[in-house]
Amino acid sequence: MTGEWLDIGWLEEIPVRGSRTVPVDGGEEIALFRTGDDKVFALVNRCPHKGGPLSQGIVHGHSVACPLHNWTIALATGEAQGGDRGCTPIIPVKISGGRVLICRASTLRAAA
Amino acid sequence: MIDHVERLHLVVIGNGMAGCRAVEELLARDARRYRVTIFGAERHVNYNRIMLSPVLAGEKSFDDIVINDADWYRANDIALIAGDPVTAIDRASRTVMSRGGRVVHYDKLLIATGSDPFIIPVPGAALPGVVGFRDMSDVDAMLAAAERGGDAVVIGGGLLGLEAAHGLSLRGMKVTVLHLMPTLMERQLDEAAGWLLKSALEARGQTILTGADTAEIIGADAVEGVRLKDGRVIPAQLVVMAAGIRPNTALAREAGLAVDRGIKVDDHLVTSDPDVLAVGECVEHDGQVYGLVAPLWEMCRALADGLVGQPSGYRGSVTSTKLKVSGIDVFSAGDFAGGDGAEDIVLRDASRGVYKRVVVRDDRLVGAVLYGDTADGAWYFDLLRKQEDIAGLRDVLIFGQAFAQGGGQADPRAAVAALPDDTEICGCNGVSKGQVIACIGNGAASLDAVRAGCKASASCGSCTTLVGQLLDLTLGEAVEAGPKTMCKCTSFGHDDVRREIVAQEMRSIPEVMHKLHWSTPDGCSSCRPALNYYLLCALPGDYRDDQQSRFVNERMHANIQKDGTYSVVPRMWGGITTPGELRAIADVVEKYNAPMVKVTGGQRLDIFGIRKEDLPAVWADLNAAGMVSGHAYGKALRTVKTCVGAEWCRFGTQDSTGLGVKLERGFWGSWMPHKFKMAVSGCPRNCAEATIKDFGVICVDSGYELHVGGNGGIHIRATDLLVKVATETEAIHYAAAFVQLYREEARYLERTAPWIERVGLAHVKDRIVEDAAGRDALAARFWHAQTFSQDDPWAERAVGKAREQHAHMAAFNPIRVEEIA
Ligand code: SRM
Ligand SMILES: Cc1cc2nc3c(=O)[nH]c(=O)nc-3n(C[C@H](O)[C@H](O)[C@H](O)COP(=O)(O)OP(=O)(O)OC[C@H]3O[C@@H](n4cnc5c(N)ncnc54)[C@H](O)[C@@H]3O)c2cc1C
Ligand code: SF4
Ligand code: FES
Repeated sequence: MTGEWLDIGWLEEIPVRGSRTVPVDGGEEIALFRTGDDKVFALVNRCPHKGGPLSQGIVHGHSVACPLHNWTIALATGEAQGGDRGCTPIIPVKISGGRVLICRASTLRAAA
Repeated sequence: MIDHVERLHLVVIGNGMAGCRAVEELLARDARRYRVTIFGAERHVNYNRIMLSPVLAGEKSFDDIVINDADWYRANDIALIAGDPVTAIDRASRTVMSRGGRVVHYDKLLIATGSDPFIIPVPGAALPGVVGFRDMSDVDAMLAAAERGGDAVVIGGGLLGLEAAHGLSLRGMKVTVLHLMPTLMERQLDEAAGWLLKSALEARGQTILTGADTAEIIGADAVEGVRLKDGRVIPAQLVVMAAGIRPNTALAREAGLAVDRGIKVDDHLVTSDPDVLAVGECVEHDGQVYGLVAPLWEMCRALADGLVGQPSGYRGSVTSTKLKVSGIDVFSAGDFAGGDGAEDIVLRDASRGVYKRVVVRDDRLVGAVLYGDTADGAWYFDLLRKQEDIAGLRDVLIFGQAFAQGGGQADPRAAVAALPDDTEICGCNGVSKGQVIACIGNGAASLDAVRAGCKASASCGSCTTLVGQLLDLTLGEAVEAGPKTMCKCTSFGHDDVRREIVAQEMRSIPEVMHKLHWSTPDGCSSCRPALNYYLLCALPGDYRDDQQSRFVNERMHANIQKDGTYSVVPRMWGGITTPGELRAIADVVEKYNAPMVKVTGGQRLDIFGIRKEDLPAVWADLNAAGMVSGHAYGKALRTVKTCVGAEWCRFGTQDSTGLGVKLERGFWGSWMPHKFKMAVSGCPRNCAEATIKDFGVICVDSGYELHVGGNGGIHIRATDLLVKVATETEAIHYAAAFVQLYREEARYLERTAPWIERVGLAHVKDRIVEDAAGRDALAARFWHAQTFSQDDPWAERAVGKAREQHAHMAAFNPIRVEEIA
């Protein structure tokens, strides 16, 4: 089973307002976020500031506060908010039949 | 007479909402082109399925909800074959077969088979007494059960489940709703609205269990109850499965049509076979499957256009939802995912029970959630569907259509200026505009001064914006900024929020956010941890800690490092260790390849560089040697530093080590506004540096000097002497009272040093030294809270709790996936 989308698991496995990680062999870890209104976003698990693991931050609205120095990153765009500048690559994600799918090509690209 | 032979034969499978509407649309365009036969599995004429809820609730009868009666079929020369479902489609011969043995030829076939309730696959799901909620026979079964009375369980807290629960409870059954997710209707509502809905349903006598995972339906010959995965058993003679629907695609799949989640159709509702069309809930268009009627209407129009040779094309639908429970108004529309540059506008009015949230992106409305006042639902939905530019309405959008379009008052200040003097500004305290202006006239130049002067906006805060505008209008530049608010999500400061949590007996973060009019849907990384702490402190034993509102270190029970690994610090009570503990630590360092182990400034060992996946195993090893979490990561008791004291030191006056151990054993685990450090020195030489600790003890010949409010950190501060006591027992008693006062009064992230500077040592002495009864009460509250907090968080996790915090969800190995391909 390959196709365009990688099946990661059930939506329920990601805590609401929380995150889970997916390591990529030979590449960068992906973080999957689930927000309070049950939307899912996928980003490379690396803060544009100094590489903090965004998956460990506090999720609020559609943003995450980086656990290291509290930059706020928009989940939809990966962009740092407020006065901070920088961007984390995002990965297209979709939910189908309760399963979380991420875009294979983008995951590979992020890995490269 | 119409000539049947000349006309093409259209066969419809499914006499439901979409099937019949498609035929209606077709007849309206060209009544002569097709001869129509409709197969229906149900024994009824076409009725309005969505009105089954009012039928169950006793507000309507079946006759009231019929859409097309027998006369309609007759008048339009439609052959209705009701009660005889189609069992197979043969595309080669263009025929359908029915259970009753009918074989009918078609020129065009329309599949409109709708959906089936999803029956969760648990033991007992097939017992008599388990029903879905989809058609009239389900309603009949529920009504028969309600007749006998007793307990009903509804599995699923979405739209269908809640309407079933409402109907059954009106019919006199005792209803429990089991919902897997933390909030009701989570697909349509955000947490705030879900919480309001839950409170309202509970107030009507229903029991709502969220986070409830069904393990089994129990009963010998019929349903007797439901057992949850956590072991609870809920008695029930009726179980309604409302856990979702599945498109009814079996026929199409067996006929070899392209099917994914639903039957795949193009923009003209044509399947992979040009002679077979499909419409309604059974189809998948552009990756979407719908579960509401509005999209069906749009599909049916495009379908009929295609059938008469004037293709228009269906482009997908935006949907909105309303809950049909009388007296409870809930509306949701569009997508509140926001994303790129999306902005939330939130209005909360706790006194009226209203919550509104609209999501705006690029000057367009993209989503709306309304609770309590849904009057503007249609207006928002219209703006949303038409993608109207709302730039001009932005500031007043949330107040609704009447306000936004009422006489060009798009400038909120102009609108406020135009209000008559007797308009009530603050509903909680009954303060009029005139009174607020008078208060400002008497010298109140800030929000806080107005709150103090006339009480406007001092309670729930929903009128803060209005009061702010009145200040602006009256004083212009001369308005003074108030004291700092907790964060940008609220107009209240920490002290106000804490006071209201206690006064209004609030019990959860969404409740606080609602009652105090938070301007964001779920707060931010500043307010959420603070609220979590305030609730925890106010409701010991009762409040369920919200892990997602904790900073990483407290959620992971370890300290995050700059490279994303963690450090692990086990407790060493009073700084004393044993060969066994040291050996266990050494083993962990080697076993998990920890790059460094270091003696900390707090008299214990810190193991660095542990990966989050390995943490539970590391803790299991440390637990096995008798060690527990040192909370080196927590807003909690850190270390109790000691010196060797009277036992060994030639100057020692008391057993400083022993007292340190007792303090650490008594106080560990308690959550506090910030970290809390203690020390006990055996004499005034003070080798344990007790005078820069939050609570420090200096032993002297005649007893114990208790010092408070020290800090060795960013702003160094030596302690103040609180009091001198004669015994160890008294020293511990005062420590408990002091810690509790700090827990109850300090603001989140305020160490004892800045707290004491702010409130004054005199205040602390008044409460703890002068007031003996008050001291005892504080200490009693502290020890009570401690009975709930001394569970080692590592031990729970070592055996699997919060596994999701540590384990990866999946792993991606590009090469291996390629190989499978
Ligand atoms: C490990 C340790 C340094 C060491 O190697 O000795 C340490 C390490 C950190 N300290 Fe500390 N502090 C350590 C003793 C101290 C001390 C000395 C003491 O406790 O006697 C102080 C000054 C005393 C005091 O707190 O009043 C100290 C004052 C701070 C401060 C400033 C606090 C303040 O109120 O000004 C911070 C920042 C903060 O908490 O916001 C801080 C924050 C930190 C953090 C948590 C920084 C961070 O957020 O990541 C460091 C965590 C490293 C880790 O992963 O373990 N650390 N830190 C010490 C752990 C003691 C323990 O066993 O628990
Ligand atoms: C209780 C309830 C309340 C609802 N409330 C709302 C609401 O408030 N708002 C809203 O927008 N939507 C609501 N819905 C959803 C709405 O009813 C559906 O979206 C709509 O009915 C779907 O239409 P359909 O024609 O695709 O399916 P259906 O209306 O289910 O029609 C399908 C028909 O096909 C028949 N059938 C299936 N297989 C065969 C076969 N092999 N041969 C012959 N016949 C077959 C079925 O018996 C059924 O009669 C509600 C649904 C329910 C059950
Ligand atoms: S003094 Fe504390 S916070 Fe600063 S680098 Fe050292 S351990 Fe980290
Ligand atoms: S690494 Fe994320 S804020 Fe510094």
